[in-house]
Amino acid sequence: MLKAIGVSSVNDLYDAVPSEFLLKKPIDGLPNFQGEIEVENILKSLAAQNRAAGEGPFFLGAGCYRHHIPASVDHIIQRSEFLTSYTPYQPEISQGTLAVIFQFQSIIALLTGMEIANASMYDGATSLAESCLMAFRIKSGRKNIAVLGNLHPDYREVTQTYLELNDASFVEASKLDESCAALVVQYPDFYGNIPNLDEARAKADAVGALLVVVVNEIVSLGLLEAPRQADIVVGEASSLGVGLNFGGPLLGFFACKKEFMRQMPGRICGMTSDVDGKPGYVLTLSAREQHIRREKATSNICSNQGLCATAFTIHASLLGENGFKKLALINHKKACEFAEILSAVKGVKVISESFFNEFTIEFAKDAAEVNKKLLEKNIIGGFADGNKMVVAVSELTSAQDMAALASELEEILK
Amino acid sequence: MTFTPKEVGLKLETEILIKQTRKGACGVDLPDVADFKLRIGQKKREAIGLAEVNEPQVIRHFVRLSNQNYSIDAGFYPLGSCTMKHNPRLNEKMARLPGLSDIHPMQDQSTVQGALELMYNLQNWLSTLTGLGGASLAPAAGAQGELAGMLVIRKALQAKGENRKIVLIPDSAHGTNPATAAICGFNIKVIPSDSEGLVNLDLFKKLVAEHGRDIAAIMITNPNTCGKFEKNIVEIARLIHEVGGYFYCDGANYNAIVGKVRPADIGVDVMHFNLHKTFSTPHGGGGPGSGPIAVRQDLVEFLPAPHVKKEGDKYVLHAPKQTVGKVKGFNGQFGMHVRALTYMLSHGADGLQKVAEDAVLSANYVLAKLKDHYHVPFSGNCMHECLLTDKIQKAQGISTLDMAKALVEYGMHPMTIFFPLVVQGAMLIEPTETETKETVDNFIDTMIYIAKQVAAGEGDRFHQYPLSTPRRRLDEIKAAKTPVTTWFAS
Repeated sequence: MLKAIGVSSVNDLYDAVPSEFLLKKPIDGLPNFQGEIEVENILKSLAAQNRAAGEGPFFLGAGCYRHHIPASVDHIIQRSEFLTSYTPYQPEISQGTLAVIFQFQSIIALLTGMEIANASMYDGATSLAESCLMAFRIKSGRKNIAVLGNLHPDYREVTQTYLELNDASFVEASKLDESCAALVVQYPDFYGNIPNLDEARAKADAVGALLVVVVNEIVSLGLLEAPRQADIVVGEASSLGVGLNFGGPLLGFFACKKEFMRQMPGRICGMTSDVDGKPGYVLTLSAREQHIRREKATSNICSNQGLCATAFTIHASLLGENGFKKLALINHKKACEFAEILSAVKGVKVISESFFNEFTIEFAKDAAEVNKKLLEKNIIGGFADGNKMVVAVSELTSAQDMAALASELEEILK
Repeated sequence: MTFTPKEVGLKLETEILIKQTRKGACGVDLPDVADFKLRIGQKKREAIGLAEVNEPQVIRHFVRLSNQNYSIDAGFYPLGSCTMKHNPRLNEKMARLPGLSDIHPMQDQSTVQGALELMYNLQNWLSTLTGLGGASLAPAAGAQGELAGMLVIRKALQAKGENRKIVLIPDSAHGTNPATAAICGFNIKVIPSDSEGLVNLDLFKKLVAEHGRDIAAIMITNPNTCGKFEKNIVEIARLIHEVGGYFYCDGANYNAIVGKVRPADIGVDVMHFNLHKTFSTPHGGGGPGSGPIAVRQDLVEFLPAPHVKKEGDKYVLHAPKQTVGKVKGFNGQFGMHVRALTYMLSHGADGLQKVAEDAVLSANYVLAKLKDHYHVPFSGNCMHECLLTDKIQKAQGISTLDMAKALVEYGMHPMTIFFPLVVQGAMLIEPTETETKETVDNFIDTMIYIAKQVAAGEGDRFHQYPLSTPRRRLDEIKAAKTPVTTWFAS
């Protein structure tokens, strides 16, 4: 190859690099090549130091929910054609990816009661941030985002980072006025309560703001009515197909009413036909995106969460109409059972009026301290917030798990 | 009506699952639920509108869909700027260890010390490779890395009481650069490229003279999107630093110089990485990626949260003192951190140096073999990708698009087309280091064949290509004019 190029060494090809900066030796301070066995041992020993969620009773939710993933999902997403392909720039040889995206978009739109959804966002927090930026584009001149009820702290923090760039701020719903481009409401909210979206809609309409609904447990939409009152619905779909992954990769989704289509961020797949008249799919409405509009793009997003969206689509397809609703019902039933069990524990009060699979309990001790004690018994408690704890269950939570937490709490709160 | 089977061989079609619905079918065995009193505070949902299919139907559908997809596992994928190198399967095995996949981001830090140590090690690899002071793994993809990096620069300036508004960006930049700068509220001044495909040094100096201390930063990709190492980079960095601006380096093309050049040495202050490019994490049909950033020591306190630090023998997730905040929920794309670190450990510092050398060698080999058949806009050797245009073939009415579709017909994914925008009809070819010489030769032979066909007046048929793929050319205008984005849209 060197001969064909006409140089004597590879370093000749780096002639544009100032010679004093072209490294001769490998960089100091990093290990050299290691074989597969050694590398496996290193990773296995790192993994062994972590307490996996499945190793004992586990009640953490707070935006990242542990569900059962059917065996088929991981098999399919490890197929080369899904795992190692890229963005479908050449649609003739990417109809597989495009058909998956089309079904993902459809399923998200159906679940959320919206008319159009994109091919995915990084996660629920960033999709909320992007929805606020979109609200500013639609309601130009407005500078604030109002929040009704309890929003996930990470979602708030991430959105805050983006709002600051627009000299915009969050305001509480009590201060909702015409300076607000959107009213944001989480459904169910961070403490598990299920807000009344008709009321939220009326509040938004009173000031001409958009209604943005945030759903961070997608399974809830199998039992709760779709948030059709919204203009935009965003959130987290990783409950299906994806797994916890220490918080990433997750799966953000973005759906809205058709009238806002051209203001949406992200990739969108659409139906069309080829020169032979056969139906097919292509990425479409690209004029919104960074590779076409550059500084005028609706977002800078390029790579999104493709393989996670594929995993979700497979899982949701396996569940189907009945399975999805049944799964949601099972989750809620577990939560109802758990709420009853915990209500009977001396010193514990269930303070959520309504909930799906996550609710809040209150006691006299500091919840973080309680969690420390629970951990000594290999129980991972819920999200600690002062003397409140937000506990989540799913179809994976067993009766023994619930009994274990209840009896330990009773001990600790004595 | 008589039934006649279609002659398809292995070209199996499949309808989307909603069209295969069989009432009552379900692909997951779930126990029945006896009635109980709901506590959702509203009426329960009646219908969603999903398909009803069983597990064999689902698997068959997705298997058939996968057969309509090209992938790097299947063949050559020289997509310039994307670094479609082989995705080692060890990465996948490690990412699936329950201790790494079945952990929740909000677990007590004492229960995830292995995960935090992994992140700390990856931060360390990135800062050591680059010679920069520290790194954050928070950003979810390259574009988010750019955002985080520019936020760090913005905050660093604000901390000095400076409210600089200008960012200089070469006209050859990837679209995410200006999109990101705009989101951060900067005004963009475009630096034209010169006849060598590099930043025009004279015009750059003019911009610096004109805007001086209004310049927050320059956003440069190096090697650049024309496949060239910016030979004046040290001077460019010096001039920006002289007026108190920062040098942001888009690290999408890092594969050419990893282990060969330390970005800190050439003046980089802030840089993002694409773990799904340089560090082999799979592209997944459009993500997930991961876009960590590394920054100079004095900028470490501004890094996005969360960041992993070491306190004694404990690893701690924390928010740096003057952090720009969170750009993404939770901890970043941890699953991709696992895969990237596995790759780095497998190669080692010596192996990574060889990766860059092989990538550069391969691209120059392609350039040397094709330069007599295609227009090469910028002379001299290239880095890990080479840039050609359709100037010669355009004279016969054959464009980059037609030649790309011809490559598709001949069993390969085409190169990146129509990017960068600084040349007409761009073809950006990045073979990567994981291809055999035989595969690269096959690509070269095919490209020469195409060029010769066009030269002989036989190129018109490429307007109709591809012919043998699951679908032929698709009507993108129709798709945009009347968008149909769901199966239930009327």
